[in-house]
Amino acid sequence: MVGLSVDTIPKLWRLARLDYDPVRQRPILLYPEGAVLLNETGAAVLELVDGKRTVGEIAAILGERYQTDVSTDVAEYLAGLADRELIQ
Amino acid sequence: MTSDRPTTLLAELTHRCPLHCPYCSNPLELIRAEAELTTDEWKRVFSQARELGVLQLGLSGGEPLVRKDLEELAAHAHSLGLYQTLVTSGLGLTRKRAEALKDAGLEHVQISIQDSDTESAERIAGVSSVKQKRAAVALVQELGFAFSINVVLHRANLDRIGEIIELAGSMGADRLELANTQYYGWGLKNRATLMPTREQVQRAKEIAEAAIERYRKKMQIIFVLPDYYEQYPKACYGGWGKTYIVVAPNGQALPCHAASMIATLSFPTVRDHSLEWIWQESPGFQAFRGDSWMKEPCRSCPRKTVDFGGCRCQAFALTGDAANTDPVCTLTPLRHIVDEGIAEAGAPAEWEYRVLAGEPQRA
Repeated sequence: MVGLSVDTIPKLWRLARLDYDPVRQRPILLYPEGAVLLNETGAAVLELVDGKRTVGEIAAILGERYQTDVSTDVAEYLAGLADRELIQ
Repeated sequence: MTSDRPTTLLAELTHRCPLHCPYCSNPLELIRAEAELTTDEWKRVFSQARELGVLQLGLSGGEPLVRKDLEELAAHAHSLGLYQTLVTSGLGLTRKRAEALKDAGLEHVQISIQDSDTESAERIAGVSSVKQKRAAVALVQELGFAFSINVVLHRANLDRIGEIIELAGSMGADRLELANTQYYGWGLKNRATLMPTREQVQRAKEIAEAAIERYRKKMQIIFVLPDYYEQYPKACYGGWGKTYIVVAPNGQALPCHAASMIATLSFPTVRDHSLEWIWQESPGFQAFRGDSWMKEPCRSCPRKTVDFGGCRCQAFALTGDAANTDPVCTLTPLRHIVDEGIAEAGAPAEWEYRVLAGEPQRA
């Protein structure tokens, strides 16, 4: 999959909400008629999506946190969600 | 067998409705107001649903705004963290109620539109409704709700799908559901009148597909093909008793809103049992989980993990046996039943409006 470019400023779809499901004990993305159960890294990416940071800035923050280059993973993960119109 | 956790509860709060659409998804035998669950009973159902793992709540009906306690129910659901959608005709959505629902934490409102043409829309609804719907749309926009429009498509409006999409776009919808009529209950009763022709469906599909691209990132468009024109059946809610629970106005819990028509099964009510017992243990919810119930051609078919044999309600409605392959499937010798239904398209017929038993038919 082609990732989003580093300069893209991803924004969560207006109808989607990042939440935590205490029953499944998993972070979760909720939107009309649907839900995506997230893993820890997916949630870490989405928590940084605020409509201001670029893909590059998000990758840099996480790269520092995990002490490894995550830029390709972040760009592809967000592209996957953009393809489903959950990221705009 | 072990069950998955449900994700969605559709709460049919009431069957009362000011509209009389001839394709209504409610059963032919509508439940009367006296039999509806009380406010406290609904709250208990929402709490139990959340504990069971439900994330999405549809506040539906009938017309849910008929319930005076809707705001209280929405506030309770919000306190549980449920993502709520109000599924409404828009009739009865006054400013006062819309503001109260916003305060209660309701996030998403879905308003039905019958057609882009006013005269046709009101003929389909069986009642003057367009002006009130426009007012409801304006309120929903003004108060900043997430906003969907839902349109049920059939022979009488399918040729205007382009105009319908433009109308939804001009109303500022975030999301547009274009759902072809499903033939259960009222829809099945009126099938000869509602069934579109193959040419209509083909043209509509092309227009919808082009619009999906054109509206990308502005309005999400979901177009559902009529399953009669498909080669394989739909995977109803990802399989029986897998993700979805419907609770009817009287508390009867069902794996699908049409399941009460399956006369060979009985479904318990939330008045007698916890939702957890109903989901995990009740025979009705267990009946078609997994694949041990399947007959041929499903049993040996690789698609059984894709579409789970299709819709049990449709199999029952059209073949009399809910364990048969959904007759939409072109791999079953029962397919001729669906083809005969398609052949009715274009037959001159008047539809029968959705009314309570004993209520007069509408002109």
